Amino acid sequence: MKIHRLAAVAAVLGMLGFSQTALAQDAPKAITIATEGAYAPWNFTTPDGKLDGLEIELANDLCARMKIKCTIIAQDWDGLIPSLKVGKFDVIMAGMFITPKRLETIDFTQPYAVDPGGFAVAKDSELGKLGLSAEKFNLDDEAASMAAIEKLKPLLKGKVVGVQAATMMLDFVKTYFGDTVEIREYKTTEQHDLDLAAGRVDALFAQQTALAATLSKPEFADYTLAGPGFVGGLFGLGTGAGLRKEDTKLKEMLNAAIDGAIADGTIKRISEKWVKTDVTPVK
Amino acid sequence: MIDFAFFLEIIPVLLAGLPLTLQLTAASMGIGFLMALLLALAQQGNRRIVVWPIRAFVAVFRGTPLLVQIFLIYYGLGQFRPSLQAIGIWWLFREPYWCAIVALSLNEAAYGSEILRGAIKAVPRGLTEAATASGMSKLLTLRLIVLPLALRQAIPNYSNEIILMVKGTSLASIITLMEVTGIAQGLISQTYRAVEVFVAAGAIYLTLNFTIISALNALEIRLTPYRARA
Repeated sequence: MKIHRLAAVAAVLGMLGFSQTALAQDAPKAITIATEGAYAPWNFTTPDGKLDGLEIELANDLCARMKIKCTIIAQDWDGLIPSLKVGKFDVIMAGMFITPKRLETIDFTQPYAVDPGGFAVAKDSELGKLGLSAEKFNLDDEAASMAAIEKLKPLLKGKVVGVQAATMMLDFVKTYFGDTVEIREYKTTEQHDLDLAAGRVDALFAQQTALAATLSKPEFADYTLAGPGFVGGLFGLGTGAGLRKEDTKLKEMLNAAIDGAIADGTIKRISEKWVKTDVTPVK
Repeated sequence: MIDFAFFLEIIPVLLAGLPLTLQLTAASMGIGFLMALLLALAQQGNRRIVVWPIRAFVAVFRGTPLLVQIFLIYYGLGQFRPSLQAIGIWWLFREPYWCAIVALSLNEAAYGSEILRGAIKAVPRGLTEAATASGMSKLLTLRLIVLPLALRQAIPNYSNEIILMVKGTSLASIITLMEVTGIAQGLISQTYRAVEVFVAAGAIYLTLNFTIISALNALEIRLTPYRARA
């Protein structure tokens, strides 16, 4: 009798969709992956409403490797982690950096990309005349990166810098340039791009790949990437797929799939296609 | 599982956005009210060439979401920078603060003009006729008879408008203005505690609106003591 009742409860829970995550860690058969859909070329929405970009192609590749059915949906950036926690979807692939702060709340797979943050400015500005430096500074190497930051400060003094709200880009600018620049926070990078073109902000700070994609558009002909790139430190380990802490089986599967995609050069191929450089993490 | 210590921690942070919320509300209610009064009075003449453009303006601003209006005024006009610079008003549209005030004021002008138009219409005809009969000029009638009665009549509807405006300012965060809601969203992204942060932000708006309602009720009772509620 008791067993019957338990079975009934389990059946009801199953119908409600709790079975895959709340009970035993069976391999999931279908998952929903959320992205932002407004962060070209990582993930964006095409004019006809489809999601496309590096992470969309990678997500489909990983799902094929895991042999499970994936649905990819778009969700506002600032709702991604709360929605993941309450189970609206199972995985986040939205150019999200793996950081200690986020790891307190959710779990991440190993990184599938490492992409430095950098500035974009008008070509005729002081920083713009300096041009893009190929140097990349690891924020964990404090001496070297602070020296680079101090060199940038006089060039940016009093300028208005646009960053996407609730990102590590914002934390970076606040931490290292908070006393030097005026910060404007935007919901999406598309919005700060528009304001750079409109002359409302003097500079943007974002992932260099995303900025490069923006600057390749004709209306940004007078703008350029400038200064060095920054990695490590508060940017964490790189970009990974976020998932709930209890979904350990799914994490295992995703990590194995990412291993596969790194090993056979899939990530290199996809990233060269979308962001023109190889962002494959170094293992 | 409510964490009171956390509330005490975030409320001062959220209150830092309150001055901006109040500024946006006050500025756009003030400018919006003056525009609304002008639009309402202009429509009293019933001249088509005046009334129709006003009707069109009101229809557009009442018929589209405030969010869309703010987006169009900020990001939309941002793309016409050379033309705006040419006519010398880019300084106004360059700053998100002024763009928010422009959008909220125009919105308020549209709603307010309809309220005031109705309130002016509701002034009994006998009173204006009596004023004319006793030799008062049109302007004097307007100043001494029509407007005092109409404005008093409009208070309940206008208090609704103020409350809607307080809540409307929360949309300013989409154009980088960090008022209470903007700060709340930032806090959520740092703490991932959406429920507590939004409850605290909601409580701030509720307190603010309750204060405004009480003040306007007191004003209404003062102006119409014979109609005071028990």
